[in-house]
Amino acid sequence: MKAAALALFLALTSACAFAGAPKPAIKIENPGQCIAPAEEMRKNHMEMLHHQRDRTMRQGIRGEKASLNECINCHASKTTGSVLGKEGFCQECHSYAAVKLDCWDCHQPKAGHAKAAGVKP
Amino acid sequence: MRLDLNSRLEEHLFYILAGIGGLVTAVGMAAALFMEHSGHVVTGMNNQIVWGMPHVFAIFLIVAASGVLNVASIGSVFGKTVYKTRAPLSGLLAIAMLAAGLAVIMLDLGRADRLIVAMTHFNPTSVFGWNVILYPGFFGIVGIYLWTLMDRRMNPYYKPAGFAAFIWRLLLTTGTGSIFGFLVARQAYQSAMIAPMFIIMSFAWGLAVFMIVQKAMFAWNGMQLHPQIRSRMKNLLATFIAAVFYFVMVYHLTNIYFAKQTAFEQFILLSGGIFPTLFWGGYVFLGTLVPLLILFVPDLSKIRGSVFAAASLVLVGAFSLLYVFIIGGQVYPLEIFPGMDVKSSFFDGQIDTYTPSLPEILLGLGGFGIAFTATVIGVRVLKFLPQDDIHKLESAGHMLD
Amino acid sequence: MNEPQDKSRRALMGKAVTAAAVAGAGMGVAAIAPGLHLIEVAGAAPRTAGEAASNTVRWGMLIDSTKCAKDCNACVTACNTENGLVEPIKDARQGSQWIRKIDLKDPKNGREHSLPMMCQHCANPPCVDVCPTGASMKRADGIVLVDRHICIGCRYCMMACPYKARSFVHQPLTTQNPEVPRGIGCVESCTFCVQRVDKGLKPACVEACPEGAMTFGDLNDPNSAIAQRIAREATTQVRADLKLNLGVRYQGI
Ligand code: SF4
Ligand code: SF4
Repeated sequence: MKAAALALFLALTSACAFAGAPKPAIKIENPGQCIAPAEEMRKNHMEMLHHQRDRTMRQGIRGEKASLNECINCHASKTTGSVLGKEGFCQECHSYAAVKLDCWDCHQPKAGHAKAAGVKP
Repeated sequence: MRLDLNSRLEEHLFYILAGIGGLVTAVGMAAALFMEHSGHVVTGMNNQIVWGMPHVFAIFLIVAASGVLNVASIGSVFGKTVYKTRAPLSGLLAIAMLAAGLAVIMLDLGRADRLIVAMTHFNPTSVFGWNVILYPGFFGIVGIYLWTLMDRRMNPYYKPAGFAAFIWRLLLTTGTGSIFGFLVARQAYQSAMIAPMFIIMSFAWGLAVFMIVQKAMFAWNGMQLHPQIRSRMKNLLATFIAAVFYFVMVYHLTNIYFAKQTAFEQFILLSGGIFPTLFWGGYVFLGTLVPLLILFVPDLSKIRGSVFAAASLVLVGAFSLLYVFIIGGQVYPLEIFPGMDVKSSFFDGQIDTYTPSLPEILLGLGGFGIAFTATVIGVRVLKFLPQDDIHKLESAGHMLD
Repeated sequence: MNEPQDKSRRALMGKAVTAAAVAGAGMGVAAIAPGLHLIEVAGAAPRTAGEAASNTVRWGMLIDSTKCAKDCNACVTACNTENGLVEPIKDARQGSQWIRKIDLKDPKNGREHSLPMMCQHCANPPCVDVCPTGASMKRADGIVLVDRHICIGCRYCMMACPYKARSFVHQPLTTQNPEVPRGIGCVESCTFCVQRVDKGLKPACVEACPEGAMTFGDLNDPNSAIAQRIAREATTQVRADLKLNLGVRYQGI
């Protein structure tokens, strides 16, 4: 299953590369702040978030190193405030790699949305 | 008119039928996609009417799928030769209808894209969870059963396979019925009668579907069902219709007298607008009394097409009954504070209304499209037409039992 | 009775809330550094970041309907704000309500009263029993939640809940509170404001009630205000006949 997904991923990415699709323009808003080196994040961010989500959701463990909200707070575009949309940190790369983003049906993709909606801290 | 097998006209007709089936299926899928994309706002379902039209269709298909296999069981488990020749068709219909019913349920899910999750995460206390095992098991067992029937080398195993299919089918319908039976807090569903009632309903509805398909296939091939076989199947159908009626009555009476759900029963049976209409007019009159009359009065049942009409009416009754059961059971308010008058912004204590929207009806019909197309193609590629060797049957004395 | 004690508790809580708010503001939303001790307010042992919810705690709520004012909707408004239930919807029957006010009238004697109704956080929750994927779950500390990562939106839990506590999200959402993810195609219900409770705060409704009709705390801790009142005063569980052992108890119904 995983191997198949990886193969598909590689096939798709290389197909894109060969077709000369432009590389995603990834903008790091706050360089040097990440919880792990870029290489590791690129490879493992989904696993990190997956395990963290289960621990937080099902066991109630808070304050973990990997946190989707922290990703958003740091990576949201300074112009749009979001990790989605054009030049959105998540979407840029996921569109390029053709991997479906399933987080944002439920999670808020905008940093600082809480204040906008009048939510108390 | 007699159609010669594989004549050009026949071939054309086949493609037209398969095309119609495919089209209905495609429209259903498109409707599901639309629902998935926009969310359930585009349906008539809401937080009060949680399960709607797609569930009426799906549960009909699933229950009838299990019942249609009854025909095969009578052949293998109870050793009746007339039914044995019908076993392959019965198995095919069962698979087609179950697949269709499941497709409708799945496509109505809020997150139909998470089908994989449904199969990889399993909660052993959930009746739905059990069904996740029961349904694929049904496909497997019926598949093997069909194989033992249609492949001569496998013939020796057809009895145990038939028996396994028989047991599995009862489990499956019990599971489907229990989906409702376990809803302890809902007035409509907290009855122990529900699982047995679903089993007997599956017998009647399944046989009705089988007889309709059989009639169509015989007509297609310009054949006539032997009068004695016709009469036996007709009597069996009548028995099942009467049995369902008995169970439905007992269910409502126990609700009134023992469970003291008088207010709810009064709503469903007398004052609830569309629901009493469907119950008495759709289920009791059209779906029970008229078919029984047709089947029991000799002058009526001899008319060509009358048994076909009776079987079709049984399906009208089935839909009416399921609609009353599923929708009516939710329209009537949940009693959170028994004996109190309640009011809230969430429609507590209020009788609700439900108007199914077009997409959800199309999705349900799409289920029929799937079952229909699968049957048409299956019947065409493989030998499913029941072939009765009357002389052999008669000399063996099988026509009499 | 225990009025004075209650008052001082409330004052203490108020201070702690402010402290938490200040701390929260200093660190940015949801930033709890590892090792930071969560402030104890709601009555349980403090939970360290990185520590799982424990079954020695059972969160519960006591609602005194004799104090609840008929036309007051403060708890509902507070819930909607806190949990981001702000999306407009055409058909109200398709909208989410995590908490709602129910007006009751006894037809026998005409007595009227009003109370907030929400997920009762059953100890034997039917919603959890019926959920095919295990998305409906009970956390170790008794809070019943929907794991939206694996909810398939079958709505079986809504059929099973005796209190109509659950809502289905019928349309795409964009206005979520970052700390309260919720979205299309999944079922949701009151979480006891788990994002606040885990920080040591009380649920938003409890805090908002101007009459002080709602008490939140640890049912397992004999010293908590809620446990003491339940030990001393008459309380009821709604539809107690179903034997679900509810986390929410009522007075005056
Ligand atoms: S009140 Fe309803 S939603 Fe809440 S735990 Fe009980 S059954 Fe589940
Ligand atoms: S709707 Fe979601 S939480 Fe509810 S029973 Fe289905 S999968 Fe479980």
